[in-house]
Amino acid sequence: MNIYWESFRTFFKIGIFTLGGGYAMIPLIEEEVVNKKQWVSKDEMLDLIAIAQSCPGVFAINIATFIGYKLNKVRGAIATTIGTALPSFLIILAIAIFFSQFKDNPYVAAIFRGIRPAVVALIAVPTFRLGQRAKLNRYTIWIPIVCALAIWALGVSPIYIIIIAALAGFAYGKIFVRRDTETQRK
Amino acid sequence: MNMIFISLFITFFEIGLFGFGGGYGMLSLIQHETVETHHWLSTAEFTDIVAISQMTPGPIGINSATYCGYTAIHNAGYGHLMATLGSATATFALVLPSLILMILISKMFMKYMNTPLVQSVFTGLRPAVVGLLAAATLLLCNKENFSTPMENPWQFFISCALLIATAIGTGYLKINPIRMICYAGIAGLLLLY
Repeated sequence: MNIYWESFRTFFKIGIFTLGGGYAMIPLIEEEVVNKKQWVSKDEMLDLIAIAQSCPGVFAINIATFIGYKLNKVRGAIATTIGTALPSFLIILAIAIFFSQFKDNPYVAAIFRGIRPAVVALIAVPTFRLGQRAKLNRYTIWIPIVCALAIWALGVSPIYIIIIAALAGFAYGKIFVRRDTETQRK
Repeated sequence: MNMIFISLFITFFEIGLFGFGGGYGMLSLIQHETVETHHWLSTAEFTDIVAISQMTPGPIGINSATYCGYTAIHNAGYGHLMATLGSATATFALVLPSLILMILISKMFMKYMNTPLVQSVFTGLRPAVVGLLAAATLLLCNKENFSTPMENPWQFFISCALLIATAIGTGYLKINPIRMICYAGIAGLLLLY
């Protein structure tokens, strides 16, 4: 049994069957990777998910790379990553090629005129949910507001915002850690 | 001509490197780079791929990269083959930082992931990602997606209604987003033809 082909096929299957986004893949990954193939344990899986969520990049790819690397180092990681990315790539490529021909159809145009505002709502709702999960309170609510205004009104690149936020978190952590060790000495 | 490919590669590599917050966080970066900065996609085209991504398998990051890479080259006047190369370039550039980063972490940095310092970096990022997403939402509220009361009051009215309806549908009534998109599409066909 070729482990490269096996892992490729498994992640290809996972990639094909999840609609809507990376996190929806988690139950499928658990079923295939933890339960069936037993490539990682349940606890390891939880750790991987936590790290993959916090790190940048596509969540599904992060997880796939971790597991692939564990199975077979760099080549294993490449196999699982390609497996995960390939179904989306092929499907969207097909859509892109054919969509350009359909776009001018007046019926299609009308359908998308209805879909577009709906999509804006589909991004707005998770914004609030994310805000709730980030446990924003009246002391911290200024952070997303300032970031949003900087990007929307001033055209600042989100990349700069990310870098500044990461540095701010780092600085904040440095101050806290120092304070902790000081109180311990007392 | 090579400039577009290099630009695609660098841009999507950056998106892959700085795209915190999962698909949605990355969405803000993709929107800013592909629509505002490089004008590879119009706002409407970007919104379209978000819609399509909801209904197709796979993470939105990969879907957007593939679609944007194809469209960027295609809109520049090249044929299907070059455009396909564009989509491959963008997608490859997007996953490369993940590959490198995750392998590095697996190899050497796994033990540092739980330290308070690393955790505080993530804590700093969390509210910022909310802001990023809010900005993306705001940037998508423009006349390409909604029209304006002056140009087409009927479309504007219906668009706002669809926005509110979808927000209530997915936010409170927990209706599946894919179904909401279908309803919105039908509404568009019936009301906005």
